[in-house]
Amino acid sequence: MYRQMVRIRTFEDNANQLYLSAKMPGLTHMYSGEEAVAVGICEALKVTDKITSTHRGHGHCVAKGAEFKEMFCELLGKEEGYCRGKGGSMHIADQSNGNLGANAIVGGSMGIATGAAFTAKLLGRDDVTVCFFGDGATAQGLMYEVMNMAALWNLPIIYACENNGYSEYTKTAEIAAGSITGRAEAFGIEAHTVDGQDVLAVNSLTEQLVERCRKGEGPFFMELMTYRYHGHHVGDINREYYRSKDEEKDWRDNKDPITKFARHLTSEGIATEEELKAMQAEIKADATAAVEYALKAKYPDASEVDMHVYAA
Amino acid sequence: MREITLSQAVNEALAEEMRRDETVFIIGEDVAEAGTPFKVLSGLVEEFGTSRVVDTPISEPGFMGIAVGAAMTGSRPVVDLMFGDFLFLIMDQLCNQAAKTHYMSGGKLSVPLVLRTNLGATRRSAAQHSQSLHALVAHIPGLKVALPSSAYEAKGLMKTAIRDNNPVVIFEDKLMYQEKAGVPEEEYLIPFGVANVKREGTDITLIATSSMVQVAEKAAEILAAEGISAEVIDPRTIVPLDEAALIKSVKKTSRAIVIDEGHQSYGVTSEIASRLNEKAFYHLDAPVLRMGAMDVPIPFSPALEDLTVPTPEGVAANARRLVAGEMIAGEMINAA
Repeated sequence: MYRQMVRIRTFEDNANQLYLSAKMPGLTHMYSGEEAVAVGICEALKVTDKITSTHRGHGHCVAKGAEFKEMFCELLGKEEGYCRGKGGSMHIADQSNGNLGANAIVGGSMGIATGAAFTAKLLGRDDVTVCFFGDGATAQGLMYEVMNMAALWNLPIIYACENNGYSEYTKTAEIAAGSITGRAEAFGIEAHTVDGQDVLAVNSLTEQLVERCRKGEGPFFMELMTYRYHGHHVGDINREYYRSKDEEKDWRDNKDPITKFARHLTSEGIATEEELKAMQAEIKADATAAVEYALKAKYPDASEVDMHVYAA
Repeated sequence: MREITLSQAVNEALAEEMRRDETVFIIGEDVAEAGTPFKVLSGLVEEFGTSRVVDTPISEPGFMGIAVGAAMTGSRPVVDLMFGDFLFLIMDQLCNQAAKTHYMSGGKLSVPLVLRTNLGATRRSAAQHSQSLHALVAHIPGLKVALPSSAYEAKGLMKTAIRDNNPVVIFEDKLMYQEKAGVPEEEYLIPFGVANVKREGTDITLIATSSMVQVAEKAAEILAAEGISAEVIDPRTIVPLDEAALIKSVKKTSRAIVIDEGHQSYGVTSEIASRLNEKAFYHLDAPVLRMGAMDVPIPFSPALEDLTVPTPEGVAANARRLVAGEMIAGEMINAA
């Protein structure tokens, strides 16, 4: 789990640099700070379990098992990307690992996730689906429609609300009346709030809920309290009008999920600081190599522009 | 050949496909015991159970979204959207999600689902239950659009739609549910993108979709009595469109009217007329004429509603003038 969290942070550091140095086209949203959520959850899933992701989706993709090379190629619009460069940062999908894709419509994947759980039930598979979404997406009506049906039909799905405190450039408190978990409880869905910076807590809760989903006890709802270190998107630099630098510093210095878990690993004698540093260096080198590869990789041929509009 | 209603034909298509493929299921409002307000699905829940004929709450975006996810993971949903007008409720799930998933994933994910809905005015159902919105859907790459014009077409196109690996939207004509046509007992499919020449002719081509095919056929009868030979072609699917068949016919007759129940502006009639102008211009003896629904919300009052859609008399009148070499410019098209 430490490795996966560091991989996400390293991936995002590189993606951020690619964007700031104008090597990456389009727009992107950094997951840094929220690593324990994606990793704690995805480590409790099998390859055939499904996830749906969000516009802030690189972390989910890495955590569900994706490779750096294909991911950077996708971010740069290259042919070897997971989606042959046609999706980009906001639509990255990796069906080989059960990632049904990021989604650029806030809340847009809630139906898809619930439908994946529907298939599992219809065809008698024991797969569980996790629907990742942010606090901002709780304002979309679709969520209430599909949670209602998931509860009526006992679907094997976990709604994972990453509450990072901000809905784009607005404090969550200003857009969400009442409690987040209360929204699920209204449908009779068991809801939990968990420290999203504590990967062990996230993982242990998810394991229990996944197990219960497989037994037909779903759906469940998790609110994961977390924080995004960067702005809403990479270009959101001057953001003091909606949140202070002191607040950001406090989360980075005192609540960082990677530092927190490293402390646990070393104090429990599970790993030494040297081992963790070596792992970080190895991941950094992997990422650098993948970025270099992706920068040199081929763009898709022009003949691909009207390919894949329709399936054969 | 035995004759059955369009309702029965759709019902048979669904039942046959559900027996053939256990991943096919139906989802929508009041589809199970109620069998929909039009009773098209009566009896299916008794055979396939509530796990495959799934009643939902009145949550169109929700069940459409569920169908998209189910289709992406190995099921073949047939979504029942009670009225075509409700398309506006599900646009994000249909157009941003279902239509684009295959492309955005570089071909790795696909969305084999069917959205069954309807079109057509003159049921005195007013502006929110009478629209013909297929052009809106046909505008979005990634979606296929089928427009059955009889019980025979409805069955064959439905079976093809269910086996297609893409999102397919089928619009049935509400007025046609109880209309009978010859439908073989044995299995058949109707391929997409193959137009059907309903009646051969030499003086003018009437290209008509869905509910307008019968209007065109009746117009052709009127014209025949006057010695004008009209060819009637039903494209059956507007995406994919059998452009070659339409062009071939127009090259033969040198005149065409395109008749469709969607609003005339920016619609199916405009698209087809424009293609004919681009690709058969030098074979034309007259401008290609469009006849769609008037560009007004469908009114409730029968006295007004009947004015909004093309009629056989209106089509015949326009055809008569085209064949006579009279230009038609800026006139209301539906004058009986």
